[in-house]
Amino acid sequence: MALSNSQSVRDIIKEKKSKNSTNQIIEKLIPGILFILALISILTTVGIVLTLIFETITFFNRVSIVEFFTSKEWYPFFENNASYGIIALVSGTLLITVIAIIVAVPIGLAAAIFLSEYASDRTRRIVKPILEVLAGIPTIVYGFFALTFVTPLLQTLIPDLPLFNALSPGIVVGIMIIPMIASLSEDAMSSVPNSMREGALALGATKFEVTMKVILPAAMSGIVASFVLGISRAIGETMIVSLAGGATPKLTFDPTESIQTMTAYIVQVSSGDAGYGTTIYYSIYAVGITLFLFTLILNLIAQYISRRFREEY
Amino acid sequence: MKMIDRQLVTKKMSGRLALNQTFKGIFIAATVLTLIILAILLYRIFTQGSSHFSLEFFQNYASRRPEQSGIKAAVVGSLWVMAVTIPIALILSVGTAIYLEEYAKKSKLTSFIQTNISNLAGVPSIVFGLLGLTVFVRFFDLGRSILAGGLTMALLVLPVIVVASQEAIRAVPKQLREASYGMGATKWQTILRVVLPAAIPGIVTGSILAFSRAIGETAPLLVVGAFAFVNYLPQSVMDSFTVMPIQIYNWAGRPQVEFQAVAAAGIIVLFIFLIVMNSVAVFIRNKFQKRY
Repeated sequence: MALSNSQSVRDIIKEKKSKNSTNQIIEKLIPGILFILALISILTTVGIVLTLIFETITFFNRVSIVEFFTSKEWYPFFENNASYGIIALVSGTLLITVIAIIVAVPIGLAAAIFLSEYASDRTRRIVKPILEVLAGIPTIVYGFFALTFVTPLLQTLIPDLPLFNALSPGIVVGIMIIPMIASLSEDAMSSVPNSMREGALALGATKFEVTMKVILPAAMSGIVASFVLGISRAIGETMIVSLAGGATPKLTFDPTESIQTMTAYIVQVSSGDAGYGTTIYYSIYAVGITLFLFTLILNLIAQYISRRFREEY
Repeated sequence: MKMIDRQLVTKKMSGRLALNQTFKGIFIAATVLTLIILAILLYRIFTQGSSHFSLEFFQNYASRRPEQSGIKAAVVGSLWVMAVTIPIALILSVGTAIYLEEYAKKSKLTSFIQTNISNLAGVPSIVFGLLGLTVFVRFFDLGRSILAGGLTMALLVLPVIVVASQEAIRAVPKQLREASYGMGATKWQTILRVVLPAAIPGIVTGSILAFSRAIGETAPLLVVGAFAFVNYLPQSVMDSFTVMPIQIYNWAGRPQVEFQAVAAAGIIVLFIFLIVMNSVAVFIRNKFQKRY
């Protein structure tokens, strides 16, 4: 602050003091405001849990819990004897998830091993971002791809495959989670220190032996965590299954049949015209809470694994 | 004493080397396979969609007839939703990140907030849709409006942006802060004038990537109640709306084969948005990346 002729030192001190007091107010207010913003994230979770629970309670006032867990049929649209057995939707979801994992785990892990152990730096720098492109493609695009490319392709191999089946969306969900498994596993393997690789190589092991006997065991926690996260992703995936999976909830483990997943059911109801207040309307919350619990437990398991079993070098 | 039985080693070596080569081939094949799938996917979309991709496609509204179907309402709808989502998501998440990194003491509450955020990131997007439907559409009575959709989307991207912002803020070196305090600046002055400017490239990059995810999200907005058939442009945030992915979903689900080309053309438009957003993110990252 320059000392001009018209300002005495006293004035400057006064000005400084008044500035300081507004500053002090700001300093006190800001943490409070920011804290409230941070609370929004908790409120979101609370909101999710509460809305799911309250609406599910309304649902269970109309439909018995026993039926929900034991009935093998999910026919909410039958007016007279509607049946709400979540198993039918869960089995569809699990079928998709199993197919997806069968596709994604070997390919994703192999790609991760190649990138981390075999590829040159240059190759890795090119391939990794391309894999990330795969991860950034909207799921609706994957759904379209499943419906218009993968299903017809599979139909040439399996002639009596229906247009809507579990196999095609399962495979495509698998393709969708490959980049996630590959990149998380690659991170885990790259963080294994080089000295361990060099030690094994110096003993005369081949690269493959180093990978199998040193790198994979050392990086196992990160790799398993990536699988669990992949499963959680596959369970929560929506658009691929609602486009290509069909809308026939049934308890089946035949991948060539048309099925319905939990997510696809929610989409079907909310994009159709189940009116507010009907039992069908409340049923999406019961399905939603089941889905939420499944993915929450898996995410917690993944966090636990990567924290508990992490090897520190 | 012979430490190594040379004969045995030689005998086993060729097998081990062959195994190594075979598996190297398998690992490469798996990587190449994913790249091929990506190539097929992009090739299919562009060959299918290019026939329908024209200027008229941008000028027309959705129509029952495939040859007249356009994406105008959906593009504008997506922009409206993003106009609600972006400011709200940014204020909420950057505020949260600053609080957690700069103010929060290590307490049970802060570590709870932290775990909570990482768990929120793993909640399926359709569950956010249910939240939006109950809280914004019904409870706050916003109806099936752009505002309800945009708020839902803001909550959906919140955890991603919080984590990105936290990392950006954490990467600002201590010396910068200390220098600022040394000059007599207060904490908030330091955050506002030193920490944030240094962290902004990281925050912006992470946010753009999160928003480009959001622009392709379908499920939550379907649940919140975007319409698939909109023949007008929204005039305010309380209007009903549709967005690009929902329009594509609607076209892709139609039985007529001609609509496949329309859906593919819609996907091309969506891709253009994504490519532009991602390039901006990469540009910012490269341009402003500072090493201290």
